[in-house]
Amino acid sequence: MARATSNRQKLITSIIAWAAAIVIFFPILWIIVLSFKAEGDAIRTPLGVLTSSWTLDSYAVVQDRSDYLKHFFNSVIVAVGSTLLGILVAVPAAWSMAFVPSKRTRGILMWMLSTKMLPAVGVLYPIYLLFIQLGILDSRTGLVIVLMLINLPIIVWMLYTYFREIPAEILEAARMDGAGMRAELLYVLTPMAIPGIASTMLLNVILAWNEAFWTLNLTAAKAAPLTAFIASYSSPEGLFYAKLSAASVMAIAPILVMGWFSQKQLVRGLTFGAVK
Amino acid sequence: MQLTKFVCTATAATLLACGVAQADTLTIATVNNGDMIRMQGLTDDFTAKTGHKVEWVTLEENVLRQRVTTDITTKGGAFDIMTIGMYETPIWGKNGWLVPLNDLSAGYNVDDILPAMAGGLSYDGTLFAAPFYGESSMIMYRTDLMAKAGLEMPAAPSWSFIAKAAREMTDRDNEINGICLRGKAGWGEGGAFITAMSNSFGARWFDDEWNAQFDTREWSDTLNFYVNMMNDAGPAGFATNGFNENLSLFQQGKCGMWIDATVAASFVTNPKDSTVADKVGFALAPDNGMGVRSNWLWAWALAIPAGTQKEAAAKQFIEWATSNGYIELVAANEGWANVPPGARTSLYENANYKDIPFAKMTLDSILSADPNNSTVDPSPYVGIQFAAIPEFAGIATEVSQEFSAAYAGQQTVEEALAKAQALTNDAMEAAGYR
Repeated sequence: MARATSNRQKLITSIIAWAAAIVIFFPILWIIVLSFKAEGDAIRTPLGVLTSSWTLDSYAVVQDRSDYLKHFFNSVIVAVGSTLLGILVAVPAAWSMAFVPSKRTRGILMWMLSTKMLPAVGVLYPIYLLFIQLGILDSRTGLVIVLMLINLPIIVWMLYTYFREIPAEILEAARMDGAGMRAELLYVLTPMAIPGIASTMLLNVILAWNEAFWTLNLTAAKAAPLTAFIASYSSPEGLFYAKLSAASVMAIAPILVMGWFSQKQLVRGLTFGAVK
Repeated sequence: MQLTKFVCTATAATLLACGVAQADTLTIATVNNGDMIRMQGLTDDFTAKTGHKVEWVTLEENVLRQRVTTDITTKGGAFDIMTIGMYETPIWGKNGWLVPLNDLSAGYNVDDILPAMAGGLSYDGTLFAAPFYGESSMIMYRTDLMAKAGLEMPAAPSWSFIAKAAREMTDRDNEINGICLRGKAGWGEGGAFITAMSNSFGARWFDDEWNAQFDTREWSDTLNFYVNMMNDAGPAGFATNGFNENLSLFQQGKCGMWIDATVAASFVTNPKDSTVADKVGFALAPDNGMGVRSNWLWAWALAIPAGTQKEAAAKQFIEWATSNGYIELVAANEGWANVPPGARTSLYENANYKDIPFAKMTLDSILSADPNNSTVDPSPYVGIQFAAIPEFAGIATEVSQEFSAAYAGQQTVEEALAKAQALTNDAMEAAGYR
């Protein structure tokens, strides 16, 4: 009887999980479907869309019109670069907060997080002017810096959470064995926190890859990543759904594949320390 | 003699070298629509003629506006040419943010630009942007449904006829709506339509003292007429419909009439995308017998931000892209139906272009729109579907949100107008107009 109830519960849980997954994934699935339709068919009713013929025309047009590879490499450089730079800055910061806390540590962490609550557009003009002065407008260097800065609070918070799970006694033992701060960070703390650092990096790459406000506003022709590539296919006048969908699929495909292969790592990292 | 020859040769070689060295790469910000994309495809012709290369930054209209506004107000210099509209040009020209285009070459024939377009893209008599293409608005209607309703569309109909025809053509059982109109919030979406419509009802945004006029009978008549007609004959959810939603409905045969941008004519008559391509007629936007029609005027134009280091090359590009030569280049490559319309007088005198079914109605619509006299009673602003003041975009976006809420039945027309009146007066007071 208990077994029957358990099976029923499992079934219900599975159905709910599948339903939630389908609801969440449906927009992406629909984008994929539309990307294989002609523009005229893409605006028809859902049934009309599904029963119309399939075509690769939109991909051909997008490929012909835009330099996909240029945008792709810009995205890779900006996402990976900002992540590596962010980790470089955040590891020492999180270490000091986790193992050498002061009475202001909590306040600093909250302050860092509060900067994420500021609407980005509120600081657009100061940052734009700063970029002009520094000569880094429409440059990958500029984007790496700004994306690192906007994601830094999240990186520090995540690393701080992981580091807190590591017993301070281990680090003390390393110090007693003569390890300096550099050795302690590099050879003791980092290897133990690799799962946490890896999942933080993965999440940060995804956040940087999808970031669309700064990447659109601080670039023109040279440093524009895939977000600008997608934005160039949206139009207030005319038929564009199929081409926009094809461009979107091309832009999200790399990150989708990366997310698929690293999902175990990602979930493990994100739930690390959640259950005591 | 030998020395003279040597000097001449050396000078010529130096000049040639300088010419090659001065080949620039222009960065151009533009909007994603068919005509602009076509221009991008033909850029090689410009490069072959001048040696200058072009890098395109194509963005959606609202993103483009935000992007180029940020750049020009901070003198960022990210772009050498910007695609802007009739709203921005006179304001930016007045502020000295744009390079005057008063020294274009004689061969360019600046006098050939349609006067309505040149006027809307000038400030104080100086042209600050060259029109790439222009548009007005007009009625596109289903000839078969009109005949079925036993009606005949006049060339210049009134609003009362349109309302009657819309109700007659509506067939809810077969998903046919008598009329499809913009209702979506946004100053360039539903806001543009209702402002142009209100002009024909005798309404205006401001009186001579810059006082808001939403508390007048004319505005009440406009909104009540629109809401009643759309409730009786419009599509479900019209409050959230913009250009693309209505285009989709019309192409699927679900609209009897659609009043919108003249540029839509080429979409609805294209048999590749439209199921009703061979059943579309055109007429002027309606009026109310008060001397002002409800059509708007708009142009996407190319302008040079002041401070660019590549002004000469930028002017060369603008001359190339907005010239008669470019129109002929497009016609040779893609046919006369695809040339950028509404910018040059000579296009409408061209025998090849006269055969295009919507060409005459597009020209008539453009010619009947006057941004300097857009309202029945005098108004202190220039513009038909907008008032060319910097504060308008923000105010009109909020006003159109109130109107859309009334269309959706979330508040009454009177409540929407009262809120519009209050917020507009507050904003104008804060901006120092009142």
